Amino acid sequence: MTTSTTLATENFSMQKMFKTLSHLHVVVGTLFIATLYVTICNLFFAEGSFLHVSNYTVSLFGKYLCYALLALAVDLVWGYCGILSLGHGAFFTLGGYAMGMYLMRQIGDRGVYGNPDLPDFMVFLSWTELPWFWAGSSSIVWMIAMVFIGPGLLAYVFGSMAFRSRVSGVYLSIMTQAMTYALMLAFFRNEMGFGGNNGLTDFKEIAGFSLQEPSTKLGLFIITAVALAIGYWISNYIVNSKMGRVVTATRDAESRVRFVGYKPEHYKVWIFVVSAMLAGVAGALYVPQVGIINPGEFSPLNSIEMVIWVAIGGRCTLYGAIIGAIVVSYAKTRFTAIMPEAWLFALGGLFVLVTLLLPKGIAGFLPNLFDKMSMFKSDVPKELEVKDKKEATTAEVK
Amino acid sequence: MIVDKSGSPLTATENIKPDTRHGVILYVEDVSVSFDGFKALNDLNLYINDGELRCLIGANGAGKTTLMDVITGKTRPDKGKVNFGQQIDLLKLDESEIAKAGIGRKFQKPTVFEALSVFENIELSLAGDKGILTSLFHKLSGEQRDRIGEILQTIGLMKEAYYPAGRLSHGQKQWLEIGMLLAAEPRVLLVDEPVAGMTGQETERTAELLTSLAGKHSVIVVEHDMAFVRSIARKVTVLHQGSVLAEGSMSEIQANPEVIKVYLGEDGGSAEKTVGAQA
Amino acid sequence: MKRIFSVLLSYITLSCIISLQALASPEDVAPSTTPSAIQASVEVATTQANSALSKLVQQLPGTKLKKMPQMVEKLANTRNKKTRDILQFLMDGDLYYLKAEKTVVRAISIENGRYALTNALSDEILAPVKKSKLRKVKTNNQLRGDIRSYIAKIDLTDEDKNVRMDAVKQLLDNPSKSGLLAVQELVTQEQDKDVRELMNTTLLLNQLKTGDHAQKMAAITQLQDTLEPAVNNTMVKMLAALPEKNKTPAQKALAKSLTKVINAIDDKRNFFGVVENIFFGLSLGSVLLLAAIGLAITFGVMGVINMAHGEMMMLGAYTTYVIQLAFPHLIEYSLLMAVPAAFLVSGFVGIIIERGVIRYLKGRPLETLLATFGISLILQQLVRTIFSPLNRQVQAPEWMTGSWVINPVFSLTYNRLYIIIFSLMVFFTLLLILKKSALGLHVRAVSQNRDMARALSIKSDWVDAITFGLGSGIAGVAGVVLSQLTNVGPNLGQAYIIDSFLVVVFGGVGNLWGTLVAAMSLGSINKFLEPAVGSVLANIIVLVGLVLFIQKRPKGLFPQKGRAAD
Repeated sequence: MTTSTTLATENFSMQKMFKTLSHLHVVVGTLFIATLYVTICNLFFAEGSFLHVSNYTVSLFGKYLCYALLALAVDLVWGYCGILSLGHGAFFTLGGYAMGMYLMRQIGDRGVYGNPDLPDFMVFLSWTELPWFWAGSSSIVWMIAMVFIGPGLLAYVFGSMAFRSRVSGVYLSIMTQAMTYALMLAFFRNEMGFGGNNGLTDFKEIAGFSLQEPSTKLGLFIITAVALAIGYWISNYIVNSKMGRVVTATRDAESRVRFVGYKPEHYKVWIFVVSAMLAGVAGALYVPQVGIINPGEFSPLNSIEMVIWVAIGGRCTLYGAIIGAIVVSYAKTRFTAIMPEAWLFALGGLFVLVTLLLPKGIAGFLPNLFDKMSMFKSDVPKELEVKDKKEATTAEVK
Repeated sequence: MIVDKSGSPLTATENIKPDTRHGVILYVEDVSVSFDGFKALNDLNLYINDGELRCLIGANGAGKTTLMDVITGKTRPDKGKVNFGQQIDLLKLDESEIAKAGIGRKFQKPTVFEALSVFENIELSLAGDKGILTSLFHKLSGEQRDRIGEILQTIGLMKEAYYPAGRLSHGQKQWLEIGMLLAAEPRVLLVDEPVAGMTGQETERTAELLTSLAGKHSVIVVEHDMAFVRSIARKVTVLHQGSVLAEGSMSEIQANPEVIKVYLGEDGGSAEKTVGAQA
Repeated sequence: MKRIFSVLLSYITLSCIISLQALASPEDVAPSTTPSAIQASVEVATTQANSALSKLVQQLPGTKLKKMPQMVEKLANTRNKKTRDILQFLMDGDLYYLKAEKTVVRAISIENGRYALTNALSDEILAPVKKSKLRKVKTNNQLRGDIRSYIAKIDLTDEDKNVRMDAVKQLLDNPSKSGLLAVQELVTQEQDKDVRELMNTTLLLNQLKTGDHAQKMAAITQLQDTLEPAVNNTMVKMLAALPEKNKTPAQKALAKSLTKVINAIDDKRNFFGVVENIFFGLSLGSVLLLAAIGLAITFGVMGVINMAHGEMMMLGAYTTYVIQLAFPHLIEYSLLMAVPAAFLVSGFVGIIIERGVIRYLKGRPLETLLATFGISLILQQLVRTIFSPLNRQVQAPEWMTGSWVINPVFSLTYNRLYIIIFSLMVFFTLLLILKKSALGLHVRAVSQNRDMARALSIKSDWVDAITFGLGSGIAGVAGVVLSQLTNVGPNLGQAYIIDSFLVVVFGGVGNLWGTLVAAMSLGSINKFLEPAVGSVLANIIVLVGLVLFIQKRPKGLFPQKGRAAD
């Protein structure tokens, strides 16, 4: 009894020390500082100055942050729930299309054909009116709703069918891949009404701000950073809640979870939906920053690249996913600029090396500060205090 | 149909109490299960009284584990009826609903949530609402913490409370699983080989624990260790080739000619020893 | 195990011997050897006719238009192999003579008023000249009509059955009076049954168009079994041309029998349409089968998920390409060489992958998936670097081209036919290997209980590597087949990987027969959907349908039952 008490108190003090610096604070703080830095350097240092951050770089960072949010979404289902989705690109792209449709309608009569209602590609296909699913697309509220509803609904329908019939593991991965592949084929068709091959592009403005303006780009970057912070907070909350523990338990022993009385399929569906929505938001923020969305984004290769971000960053650590996305994307930008042929070699090699040699990813290298954190959940000390009391009274079970 | 299956997944279905006015908590009637022609259970009938401690014995392939699978909803029988109390048809419920209705199970091979701490393992197993929204906004109450403390004490894992369960030894995992079962406060406990991998002293404690549980709970124990069975059993059921061969007290079973025939052949000898050796 | 290898080895040796022989004396195996010899002797025999022709041709510049009909008749009677060409040039108005030398030439207008010339008799190419140096050999409409019928007659009496057949077909679709007369003349002498039948059809069709009522009715009855599109079209036109109301009794009878025959023909055409769809479906199915069958071994039997499976196919296809590049004069045999070569190349790469990566990831399917995906990226990029990212053209050997014409509305292309047969051969060979050979036994033993198998002194590592090699090798063989159907490019495998997985899962993992049924039924479903909704949508529908099916029945069409499967 005595030994256990001392151990518990020791844990308690360590916990207290770490509590002042939870990884939520670290990540959000870093994000805030980085955003502030980019903003200041972009606005207040003249071009040519050593400290200047160009508009191009701002957009590039914005893109990376979108990827980071996407990686977070993938990690939530893969790292914590064990669902290896090879179709998260579908949710990302659907979110992107929701935004793209809105931006398309914002063009108004400034398009090549000057039609105030119909986007250019519809005029080109000699359509005379908007298809029903474009109704409302000119409203920003509709757009924001669709960014959540589109990916969320797809995830709910797909997930509830797959998880109810207990499809899991590799089968599920292949099916998610087939899902995004089918969507890609579908969106390539002009008849779908999403611009076919070319997708949606030539955007002019968002909510009245010109997309060409550096200030808009900076604004989008800041919004993305905020979205990432919120996404991180939500994910962090979920994985540290009892729901997160049920989900982790499901990952390791699904049938056992059932025998404890939980319905793992419901938990999986909802974590899948939340993840899909995060991916959708990432896609929506991505589109105005890169200026185009096309069916190529559905390609299975993209989806699998997201998985490698998480694998490299370190699955099952939310911050690892963010690090992985940014590091790999940065490497890709660099590589494709210097020696484009080498990128696929490098990416392929990364897949093999990480799975063989670095199962914990970059996060495995970091001081295992955060690892320890995961053992000391925020509500632990109170429990321990209570337990100490209990031990004193040495209550017997029945 | 008592449980509303169409209810929103976000809120837990209502916990229902089995009707045990006739003193029987579990009815297994005419249950047959076959795998590719092999009859794992063959018109099996079994009644468990409320508060009873029942031991199931039988050779490998006699259908003990399959019976547990049927009761807990893992396997659907080809025919037959399984009722919890008088009114709850277990065949209409899935595993999680059966667990929530009050039937807990400890597996032959201890399965705990390895990535979670011992404390969290118990926490997840606590009786209560298992819906998503509840879990999302769940905060442990003082009462629940007390309860977890009590259980940790009982299973002797207080020191290891914050260890990941994956680091526990085999015997400790057995205890943890028993702890999880306790936390769920089920009406019926199905315990599959609880003392495998335990020391003699631990086995004794398990026997003590299981007997203390009987009365308030109904306990069904599957065990090969005959000494253990003798130490706890009041009533023993022998399964053979998917149906009940004999039922009665330990001494009755040992004297039963059918059992002797099946286990010993014609030449007699110590039933106990051979039944044990079958394990 | 040894047995398989010896079979394999002997196959390889055999194909090597064949190719070596071919190398040593290419003309021996060149398919045109015998016909060319015959041709030579024919040439000698016709020298005389040749000189008759050249005399006549030399007279052409001096012949007046009035005398031309006799001249043309004489020309047509020379029965020389150049005769037809000269008549054709004359009819097309390409026949000229040089004013100076009076040489008869074929002249084709090129740029700025100049004409490219070839000697009409010797095919010798002459220097281009201005129009003013040339004069046309005169013809008129009537003469051209005559020439047409002479040409038709020449074709109709050609030695080659196919030329005669084509000539009759030409007449059937665009009948000319002279041609029909020629047919009438020749039909009784025609030896070949098919040609005679077609000639009869042509005549009957003419009778149907131009004959009196009784002849028409007779023609309709006789034509009811033919499937020629021209017959059907004519009948439909005739029926439409009849007055809607107030028909004479004769017209009524005509309309009735026409409708009856048209319906009968339609039924037959529809029937053959369905048969054709089934054939296309089976052909697509056999491609799917080939693509999936290797996976059925690695994924289905071994439980290893290999995302680089598509790239194994790609390697097989590139092996075919390389072999054709290395032996350009042996295109006819390239596929025979490519099959064992692709098997070895892909199998070898497969074994390297298994030894180098997959064995370290045993029991971690998701990691295996990622690692092998990485390998697939590397292989794609490797091929891109070595062969360029552009598609490569793989030639089809002669025997793979063309089609087997069963009737006018139904023919089977040889390449599809061979592919169906080949894929079934591969399938059954594999089935035999897995069911009957020692390797098969070991594979099944290892996949069911590795530790037990090892305890029985089965070298499980070795079995793993060989099995994986076998699965990959078969993917390579599939690649050889794919090279005959699609462009060979770095992305070749990507297009098939998802389909292959779905086929395996749809059929039931670990069940080769299931894979066969799944591949064939998916192929057929796809081909039956295609005419209705287009190929892309058909693809999407099949894909979505499969995803839904697997969600309903995760264990596929033919699940393995039992406690072990849970």
